[in-house]
Amino acid sequence: MTPSDLPLWAAWAIVAVTVAGSLLALTGSFGLVVLKRFYERVHAPTLGATLGMALIVAASAMFWSMTEGRLALHDLLIGLFLTVTTPVTLILLARAAVYRDRIEGDENVPPE
Amino acid sequence: MTASAVLYWGLGAAQAMLLLAMLLAAWRMMRGPRAQDRVLGLDTLYLNAMLLILVQGMRSGVGLYFEAALIIGMLGFTATVALAKFLMRGEVIE
Repeated sequence: MTPSDLPLWAAWAIVAVTVAGSLLALTGSFGLVVLKRFYERVHAPTLGATLGMALIVAASAMFWSMTEGRLALHDLLIGLFLTVTTPVTLILLARAAVYRDRIEGDENVPPE
Repeated sequence: MTASAVLYWGLGAAQAMLLLAMLLAAWRMMRGPRAQDRVLGLDTLYLNAMLLILVQGMRSGVGLYFEAALIIGMLGFTATVALAKFLMRGEVIE
């Protein structure tokens, strides 16, 4: 089955899930611009990195399973990988930021 | 509307949103004000780029985009960890 042979309901479902995921990613990036401090900003992109990514990966798995006519779950590999790595990177980055702020004697550093 | 038209326009709208998200992340990366803000902006930028490529794979029906998205995800993780280490220690490999 090629993409043009997909049933209409499947196309609408894939588009709805993808657009929902993209909206979450957009909201996360918008928070990155709007929020005032680094320790607030570090929360914002996780919106796109967790649920937004999961929705788009789910839509992709749906799409490839429908077009290839078999269970195509290789997209979940990306989801698994990002779920493991996102907390690690953000904790490392936040710790580096706390370390730099403490060295400079910033008053607004989160407590121990 | 046919299924391919729904996919073409709907996924195109999703791609426009992801592109706007990339622009916002790039603004934060260029604006700063500090190094950790730039690294956070870069992290968000590559994540949105990876999602954009994944959607492009669905829109064009070419399976090869999946590999590109996977590699971008892995390299982005390594890059952000290396940059965070650099901010902490001043060098990456001690």
